[in-house]
Amino acid sequence: MEHNKHHIMSVKTATLVLAMLLFLTFVTVAVSRIDLGYLNVIVALALATTKSLFVILFFMHLKYENKMLKLFVFICFLILAIFIGMTFFDVAYR
Amino acid sequence: MSNVHKDYQGAKLGMWLFLFTEVLLFGGMFVLYAVYLSRYPAEYHSAGKELNAFIGGLNTVVLLISSYFVALAISFLQRGEQKKAIRYTYLTLFMAVLFLVNKAFEWSAKFSHGIYPDSPHLRELPQGESVFYGLYFLMTGLHGLHVIIGGGVMAFVIYKMKKNEVNSTDFVMLENAGLYWHLVDLIWIFLFPLFYLVI
Repeated sequence: MEHNKHHIMSVKTATLVLAMLLFLTFVTVAVSRIDLGYLNVIVALALATTKSLFVILFFMHLKYENKMLKLFVFICFLILAIFIGMTFFDVAYR
Repeated sequence: MSNVHKDYQGAKLGMWLFLFTEVLLFGGMFVLYAVYLSRYPAEYHSAGKELNAFIGGLNTVVLLISSYFVALAISFLQRGEQKKAIRYTYLTLFMAVLFLVNKAFEWSAKFSHGIYPDSPHLRELPQGESVFYGLYFLMTGLHGLHVIIGGGVMAFVIYKMKKNEVNSTDFVMLENAGLYWHLVDLIWIFLFPLFYLVI
């Protein structure tokens, strides 16, 4: 059955999300200019993950989707994490 | 009234399932990038410095704004503002072209310095650097291909909106095109710092 009450994202929300994403991009560039050694990669990935959350939750509308779709997306990224994690168990202790 | 059965939830779920395969496709390449980074940190660093962080940053901003435009286009279409939705989808398409123009400038500068897949210059470089450039061309190239496809999808949805086959009561095609476009943006969010900044 079609849902009659479909959530429509407001221009204001979208603009705030864009402002946040541009701000985080600026932070990403600024932090990369400081030499933190290996931490640079970690910080850049943490910032990129934060940006991704904004894109997925708001632009991709996941925040307003049903529980099943949220669970599916979670499982997809869980599998990706297992894939990356397991590879590194192998690579790091070889 | 059309008698064609439309399954809104199904259409959207199908698109997400396709996106999952895309996540794992690029995920595999990110693993490759990370494994070689742990093996050749110094070579990654010296090769990465050659990349143009300004063009990379500019393209990040271009893609973020394009994602914003398509998100707005969906909102306008759902509110019944068909003309505005078409205009904002055009803007998304324009940003896609702008991204590709920047990319073309970036790659032609690399080519003129003898840096292209399997070039004699690359073969002389240390192994780690040539691996870095190999991954750079593979990953940004595959991403660029997605931008081209995404642009084509946007053009097709514009055509459908103009024919009023995609409208305020049947908007899932624009939503799914938007989902694909956001995924392209999402991948670039990771590619940009990993190739242009960090190392």
